[in-house]
Amino acid sequence: MKKGEQFIFFDNINTTFPDPEVVDIINKTLTARLGNPSSHVHSAGIAAAAVIDTAREKVSSLIGAGNGTITFTSGATESNNLAISGFLRANSRFQFAFPPVEHFSVINQAFELRKSGVKVRNIEIDSTGIVDLNCLERTISEQRTLVSIAFANPEIGTTQDMPAISEICRQHGAVLHCDCTAAAGLMEINASEMGIGLLTLSGHNLYGPAGVGALFIADDVKIAPLFFGGNQEGGLRPGMENVPGIAGMGEACRIAKDGIESYRDYLRKLGRKLWDGLADSVRFLHFTGHEEKRLPGHVSFWVEHVEGESLLLLLNMNGIMASSGSACSSNLKGKDESELVASHVLTAVGVPTYICAGSITFSMGKNNTEEEVDRVLETMPRIVERLLEMSPSYEDYKKGKETHHG
Amino acid sequence: MDKQFPYSDLVMDHFANPRNMGEMKDPSCVGDVGNPACGDMMRLYLKIENGVIVDAKFKTFGCGAAIASSSILTEMLKGKKLEDAMNISNKAVAEALGGLPAAKIHCSVLAEDALRSALEDLERRKSQG
Repeated sequence: MKKGEQFIFFDNINTTFPDPEVVDIINKTLTARLGNPSSHVHSAGIAAAAVIDTAREKVSSLIGAGNGTITFTSGATESNNLAISGFLRANSRFQFAFPPVEHFSVINQAFELRKSGVKVRNIEIDSTGIVDLNCLERTISEQRTLVSIAFANPEIGTTQDMPAISEICRQHGAVLHCDCTAAAGLMEINASEMGIGLLTLSGHNLYGPAGVGALFIADDVKIAPLFFGGNQEGGLRPGMENVPGIAGMGEACRIAKDGIESYRDYLRKLGRKLWDGLADSVRFLHFTGHEEKRLPGHVSFWVEHVEGESLLLLLNMNGIMASSGSACSSNLKGKDESELVASHVLTAVGVPTYICAGSITFSMGKNNTEEEVDRVLETMPRIVERLLEMSPSYEDYKKGKETHHG
Repeated sequence: MDKQFPYSDLVMDHFANPRNMGEMKDPSCVGDVGNPACGDMMRLYLKIENGVIVDAKFKTFGCGAAIASSSILTEMLKGKKLEDAMNISNKAVAEALGGLPAAKIHCSVLAEDALRSALEDLERRKSQG
């Protein structure tokens, strides 16, 4: 990376940088001498409650929450836990079904639920990560089911046909929880129209602050709290509210709603350019996920003969920050190699285990530029060639080819 | 940020500027360990004259630690008598790199395995030749 050159952040799927307006409203909230929102009897408390109400309206408006309520949480992981475990506590005769590519907060929760006697079912997906609707229908027609499906997969970018999924769930009396962490602000979401029962949102994934999230709960869906305390958030999420975080998340949702069409089209364009450019210039590259049904600005792939962590390290040395489906790098600080496991997402879409340690995700955000895409496209072929030169696997491939032809 | 980076400066230096990387023409022996299915693959070429390793080269498919381990191994081997080379352990490789993250110790083991594999190949060639 040359001196003075800005680093390129293509890891927006893991977090985004808060918008200036978001930072501004958080600062204002922190310095406004607000009381505890539960202190209804003085102005400072009432002012704090008003901040939360305003934020709640903004979140509600982004996802079309007309037939339900928004509960603020500490983030997507808590929202997913409150949605799923909270629902199953209140509706004990339901089974729980989800596809194998869900977030760890769903998968690891399901392990615990199974231990406590909940019937847990798998919903199949195809090799691009798209949910098999026939399998979904079969599974939920046997017993009343809570279904949890992420609108978009962060690792391979694939987006689901939520209206179709929701309609099948409705026909069979299943309740649908949709994790919109990766999709919010990029995909059109209308919880009421789509008939979604529970919906997860995360603040820091849509240019808001970390440490705050939200759960939409449709009026006809009953859930039980996981924490016990006061009556905050209708008793579903007791404890003093994270007022500045909530204000920031509300503002992030307002900005997302106002800009969704332009961001989406812009990121679609950048994503297309990066996808086509990589396809043209990088040898042995295999894209993951669905080519059309995917998050705007999201490009994921693996490169044969080249290991993912090495690629990420070289990208970083060239000022480009991306992420990997590679447990190898994400667990680099693990206690030992037993923590190095293949990505469950890639395994689930049928990518061989060794490649699971080598996938790359470029996720662009609204602040990325076409010039940055150009720089990534200049860099990628160079560093892939360098790693190919170093790779004994590529050497064998070349020799095999020579023997073949000669 | 650098402080938190899991690899030492020396590991990153060997990763960014690998020493003795490439194929060797007419090596005395070749060590081949791992395979892409394990996520790691290391190939070590040695040239031996009068019981001394006069040249060492490598090719590696693997993470930063794997590339750095093979790079530093070739440096440790060059100029060494065979009987001394035999005593190089994975620990010595990791220590020479200023330590490796716990989850990456297996990369230094791979380097030791590559060396053992090369020395076995040498024995094989001797008995055949």
